[in-house]
Amino acid sequence: MAVARTRCVALVGVSGHVVEVEADVGHGIAGVHLIGMLDTALSEARDRVRSAIINSRYPWPDARVTISLFPASLPKRGSLFDLAIAVAVIGAAGLVPKQRISPPFFLGELGLDGSVRPVRGVLPAVMAAVEAGAECVVVPMANAAEASLVPGVTVVPVRTLAELIEDLRSDDAAQLPTMSEADEPSSRTGPDAPEGRSLDLADVAGQAMARRALEVCAAGGHNLWMLGQPGTGKTMLAERLPTLLPPLDRDQALEVTAIHSVAGTLPPGRPLLEHPPFMAPHHTATIAAIVGGGSGVIRPGAVSLAHRGVLFLDEAPEFPARVLDSLRQPLESGQVTVARAAGTLTFPARFMLVLAANPCPCAQPSTPESPCQCTPHQRRRYLARLSGPLVDRIDVKVRLTRSTRRELLSDRQFIEPSAVVAERVSLARERTLKRLAGTPWRCNAEIPTGALHGEYRLCPSAMSPLYRCLDTGELSARGLDRIIRLSWTLADLIGKDRPDLAETNAALGLWLGAD
Amino acid sequence: MAAIHELGRHGEQLAVDYLRAAGLKILERNWCCSEGEIDILAREGPVLVVVEVKTRSGRSHGSAFEAVTTAKVARLRTLAARWLSGQSEWFSSIRIDVVALERFAGEFSIRHDRGVS
Repeated sequence: MAVARTRCVALVGVSGHVVEVEADVGHGIAGVHLIGMLDTALSEARDRVRSAIINSRYPWPDARVTISLFPASLPKRGSLFDLAIAVAVIGAAGLVPKQRISPPFFLGELGLDGSVRPVRGVLPAVMAAVEAGAECVVVPMANAAEASLVPGVTVVPVRTLAELIEDLRSDDAAQLPTMSEADEPSSRTGPDAPEGRSLDLADVAGQAMARRALEVCAAGGHNLWMLGQPGTGKTMLAERLPTLLPPLDRDQALEVTAIHSVAGTLPPGRPLLEHPPFMAPHHTATIAAIVGGGSGVIRPGAVSLAHRGVLFLDEAPEFPARVLDSLRQPLESGQVTVARAAGTLTFPARFMLVLAANPCPCAQPSTPESPCQCTPHQRRRYLARLSGPLVDRIDVKVRLTRSTRRELLSDRQFIEPSAVVAERVSLARERTLKRLAGTPWRCNAEIPTGALHGEYRLCPSAMSPLYRCLDTGELSARGLDRIIRLSWTLADLIGKDRPDLAETNAALGLWLGAD
Repeated sequence: MAAIHELGRHGEQLAVDYLRAAGLKILERNWCCSEGEIDILAREGPVLVVVEVKTRSGRSHGSAFEAVTTAKVARLRTLAARWLSGQSEWFSSIRIDVVALERFAGEFSIRHDRGVS
């Protein structure tokens, strides 16, 4: 009898694909038939949509209703499609003009009472819709702020299905009620700080070396390993790393927000993540939790949630070796590929890795007078849990020792608040950006090997200490590259045009650090 | 007789009248066998029409039409075969129709769906 068509978006990982939703109200035994490769949550849509329409005081068509989602080859999951299905059925039943529902995209989950509920992944879905040429996207009210982050599209927030149908039925050609320009999301959220405004680098007394290492890592996006006894401030330092990093620019913020939107970890009322994320998974985390995965829908893991931010592994040797080694691929390529029976997905995962470790399993305080009871063998075994290839990918290694009272006191006069250090970091990053202008790389840690030995080649005199270590086998080729990147960062921090011997020596020291 | 049966019989009578007016030749009403009952058997040209009549006194328990399920249609097909085996008449095909009656304010609405599958 009648077919109506509208559009929605299916999320695969953090990218969206346009899905057409067709409803046919036709001849045959009354019933609802949903087709097009659906999972359970989506098959349940038939009951949710039916109840929602009836409870919005519109009649459910008393006929055979066939709903098809295609491309049928694309697996579709979740409850994101409810609103589009409801609108297509309403359109096929002739309750709203068909031409009014075919151009817009409809995203949202329906409650049985006809309320439109928020869903995960609205940001990447709207981005995909815009790419497909959408001019108007209908989203749940609670997701409206998130959706309006995407430029070039009219966002229509809806609270209930009844309200939406009413608007679609109204004869006047005027558009649906849109978000007013006044509540532009960035102005509403105001300046926000990374979680825990109170965290400041000045809190960490007595660890001047480690604070310096943190600054270098922040400036170049390098990975950091802190080795030290309990109570020396490893965790405190790592937690303060985000306070040194510059805020994300618009594109990065959208990238990061899209990942967190899919994972459902966006803080309510603050749709755009403007600061580098900080993820600190517990050492009982599984591979799926770290790199992404899960049964059915594949979710981003901690490495992707830490994209453009910091991944902090406290008590790193306590992590299962398989989990630690799974970090190698994302560390190298800036993305992680998760393969499951359902398909292979790639998530972005360019993060700074910060590892913290105790020197031995007992973690007892030890002084030169009364050393801890662990045997050298035990200590070696404990740290050997961090595999060589992983440690090889750490640019800066620093050993934290317990400070004496005098050291703590004298350090007070050198201590700097985060804001001061962040200023230096941001200047260094600006110099890096200026040098890297016209390339896709944003910080020194991202420069690939080819460019490192081409454009950014160091003079032979500066390289001499590195070649010596290479000859003795202390350095791998990868280690060499990492030290060159580190030297560029050191040069950027002090405003030098090119690193020379002083920087490469310092970089070598930082790289060998904790040994 | 209980009110519900009264309603059903009344509905069936209305359906028969309606189908006659629509040009169908009624062959048999309320044909029973051990497996069940066919409300109306009719002929339309060369086609045997098996009609299921559903009558409802309102919409509070869903519509009359949607009360006919796939299982019910399958059962009607077997019943039709049983009925045919006792007949000498020839039909080109069998069609299953639903006549749904709903009572609103004392009046009935009739909906006739041909060939539900």
